[in-house]
Amino acid sequence: MKQTTLNGLLLDEHTELSLNDLCRACSTSAEWIIELVDEGVLEPVVYQQTQWRFSANSLQKAQTAMRLQRDLGINLAGIALALDLLDEIETLQRRLNRIELNDEY
Amino acid sequence: MDFKDYYTIMGVKRDASQDEIKRAYRKLARKYHPDVSKEADAEIRFKEVGEAYEVLKDPEKRTAYDQLGANWKAGQDFNPPPDWNAGFEFNGGGFTGGNASDYSDFFESLFGQGFANAQTGYQQPGYHAHGNDHHAKVLIDLEDAYRGASRSITLQAPEVDNNGHVVTKQRTLNVKIPKGVKQGQRIRLSGQGSPGMGQGQAGDLYLEIEFKPHSLYKVEGHDVYLDLPITPWEAALGATVKVPTPDGPVDLKIAKGTTSGRKLRLKARGIPGKPAGDLYVVAKITLPPADNDAATELYKKMEQELAYNPRSQMGV
Repeated sequence: MKQTTLNGLLLDEHTELSLNDLCRACSTSAEWIIELVDEGVLEPVVYQQTQWRFSANSLQKAQTAMRLQRDLGINLAGIALALDLLDEIETLQRRLNRIELNDEY
Repeated sequence: MDFKDYYTIMGVKRDASQDEIKRAYRKLARKYHPDVSKEADAEIRFKEVGEAYEVLKDPEKRTAYDQLGANWKAGQDFNPPPDWNAGFEFNGGGFTGGNASDYSDFFESLFGQGFANAQTGYQQPGYHAHGNDHHAKVLIDLEDAYRGASRSITLQAPEVDNNGHVVTKQRTLNVKIPKGVKQGQRIRLSGQGSPGMGQGQAGDLYLEIEFKPHSLYKVEGHDVYLDLPITPWEAALGATVKVPTPDGPVDLKIAKGTTSGRKLRLKARGIPGKPAGDLYVVAKITLPPADNDAATELYKKMEQELAYNPRSQMGV
């Protein structure tokens, strides 16, 4: 059977999503996304009253936020803090990997 | 089917209070949450803990579970007694947000019936909803990120057939991997998730990109690292050597006096994009073994004629 090749949308920093796209992908309400913006967890790249656009990186963040709230019962301020710390750990981990790479000599 | 000891999973005694159980759950959930934990089996442990809590937090389910007796061992082959839950009434509902389809067969056999009823309760006529989104990982080679590729992936998803049984359905999709993808990025395929309910649209399929480990290259974001072995004379005298890159070999100039660990940057030869990543070549000086007379002679000659002491600054 001949199969067509599907062309997906690459969710990188150059891709923009609307508020609606985000809500749908997270199965949540616009209010909840707006709360994430108010808390500084998400930052729209285009910031007009009715026309918020988000970088596709926001999707992963919003979904992680969603899981943290659902599974651990963390409030928004706590989520914001946890996400910042997770980012920092990742940056440090990357640096550590690089240093360990150089240490092999 | 294996018996599951929910008390051991939660690390509490059988007579633990509801408060103790809740505290244990909170602690374990934080520890094994897949978004937070770096442990390899975090996701499995998290689901296990969620299932245990689902039973122990609910006094009805806990009492029913306790009826099975304390003599069961985890992993022991288990079948529920035919009338084990006679006299118990489950009101369904009250499930934590965790995805119930992840629960074990053991859970299913004990609480499955009441659960199924609770689940179907909300499917009234005229109800429309988006289908669920699906998530999957797709393994690609680093070279695919340089050139773009087409990958065929096989997905398995549970589906409910016409008789109401859950069957695992397999489907194969051909997906285009765009040039310039990075580790952890995701591709959204609209409408490839679960079908919607009523007139709701189908969900989407999210594919997370994961690079297969490569024997030569390490990838960090859009930068690529390569360890390049060089000889002591190439390092000392300078040389032009052939270097592999995911895009094909290039000639690289090694500067005179290159030390081990020195990083040489090949601009824009990392993963393509705007901006493109860089390729870092890390020089690694290797010694030829002194395993024959000629080599041994050469080393001895160097020792005598170079008068080189790398520890001269160490005061020894």
